[in-house]
Amino acid sequence: MIPRKFEYFAPRSIKEATSLLKKFGPDAKILAGGVSLIPVMKLRFGSPAKIIDINRIPGLEYIRASGGRLNIGALTRHAELERSKTVKDRVFLLSETASVIGDPQVRNMGTIGGSLSHSDPSGDWGAAIIALRGELTIQGPRKRRRMKVDDFLVDTFTSALQPDEILTEISVPIPPARSGGAYMKLERNLGDFATAAVAVQLTIDPKGVCTSAGIGLTAVGPKNLRAEKAENVLVGHPLTPKTLEEAAAAAAEDAQPIPDPLRGSAEYKKEMTRVYARRGIERAISRAKGGKK
Amino acid sequence: MAKKKRSSGQKAPPVQGLLPVTMKINGKSHSDMVEPRLLLVHYLREVVGLTGTHVGCETTSCGACTIIYNGKSIKSCTMFAVQADGAELKTIEGLGEEGNLHPIQQAFWDNHGLQCGFCTPGFIMQTYWLLRENPTPTDEEIRQGLGGNLCRCTGYQNIIKSVKAAAKEMKK
Ligand SMILES: Cc1cc2nc3c(=O)[nH]c(=O)nc-3n(C[C@H](O)[C@H](O)[C@H](O)COP(=O)(O)OP(=O)(O)OC[C@H]3O[C@@H](n4cnc5c(N)ncnc54)[C@H](O)[C@@H]3O)c2cc1C
Ligand code: FES
Ligand code: FES
Repeated sequence: MIPRKFEYFAPRSIKEATSLLKKFGPDAKILAGGVSLIPVMKLRFGSPAKIIDINRIPGLEYIRASGGRLNIGALTRHAELERSKTVKDRVFLLSETASVIGDPQVRNMGTIGGSLSHSDPSGDWGAAIIALRGELTIQGPRKRRRMKVDDFLVDTFTSALQPDEILTEISVPIPPARSGGAYMKLERNLGDFATAAVAVQLTIDPKGVCTSAGIGLTAVGPKNLRAEKAENVLVGHPLTPKTLEEAAAAAAEDAQPIPDPLRGSAEYKKEMTRVYARRGIERAISRAKGGKK
Repeated sequence: MAKKKRSSGQKAPPVQGLLPVTMKINGKSHSDMVEPRLLLVHYLREVVGLTGTHVGCETTSCGACTIIYNGKSIKSCTMFAVQADGAELKTIEGLGEEGNLHPIQQAFWDNHGLQCGFCTPGFIMQTYWLLRENPTPTDEEIRQGLGGNLCRCTGYQNIIKSVKAAAKEMKK
């Protein structure tokens, strides 16, 4: 399995990279971890004529907490996010999400920016960043833009990136006290993409009323989805078992799965979304109360 | 080590589109001219002549091609050789040799951690990385840590036994 021939570039700066992208247009593809792109090229589903390897650009791999936000360089590997103490302590949901992506070797190479740019509806990062209401920074040859993850993820394997743009940073607000998050993923076996998965991020006031809720869904639609109905069921209400059931049922309504010959029917995926949403909300509540993120 | 087919360092004829790469493999420097589409695993096996790293699935699933790249385990079928320019690599050949096996190799031998042996270089390199990350893994952590490697023969039980034995030996 050998890819078609291509020309290889390893720019040393974002500026150099975006000017190469501008010059080559849609013929060029960025190479980050390569864990999605290289298999695509080997199977010849796609054969870009120019490869722009961004791994030699300094300063794209970082995790920084500042001004109430956690800012993550696009080239940060899943494994870094899994093990980082800053991430574990400040935004546990990210750490938990990273830990269930693929297998250890995939996590050692694959990047959060590559995953979001790839916009695979079965990708795990999209759901977690939706739950956290994250924002992405995109650099073009001249302009820099920042957008909500909801607007960045457009459709199946389609992001808002123009061919000459690079995703440079992912930024999420650090949740306040009495917050908890959880990523619940159903997979057929270790290392598999999700059959269905639910990311939950909640904040609860001292009386037990939910003051904010973010819920993202994986593998149950054309892209990672926000379970908006489910969020609305939770916010402003005390988190009773009945509210939880209603929210979980709403998450299943928010899901728009299509049947997957490998991972189950649309009905099954909807039902699993309900079950995993309820478990995710329960786990997030116990973390919010238990002080464990 | 097997005799090199196209010896590293040998001046390659100037072919259009070839790029120079230099990497340190098992402590030894190698320089070659390669096509950008040459996968790292094919570079190791066919250019450098290190055939201990195996190719199984070629689709990032089986882990037979696992090597250590700048200290991290990766699947070398899913990286281009040009990406590894300037990198330090360790392959199964860099661990031990006949008569002087690395404790992980010895543990796989002693505990029947292999049958046909096809998956073994990948399992051993992944174990090497795992035990450096976590020198005293639980059974569950071993299963998680080796989750990217497939074995069609052993049923995994003896591989897990081998990893535990290696961890014990290496702590001494
Ligand atoms: C066996 C296996 C199992 C996997 N399991 C999972 C899983 O369970 N969950 C999951 O979420 N993912 C999984 N993945 C995918 C993995 O997470 C990839 O790492 C990720 O999808 C892509 O990241 P990458 O850095 O490797 O990107 P690449 O493969 O390098 O690039 C992917 C795409 O994004 C573009 N791109 C990359 N970086 C940027 C950037 N900064 N700006 C603009 N465009 C960019 C590239 O041009 C390309 O089109 C799996 C992959 C494999 C091989
Ligand atoms: S050959 Fe690389 S993972 Fe199977
Ligand atoms: S020993 Fe035969 S595949 Fe593992």
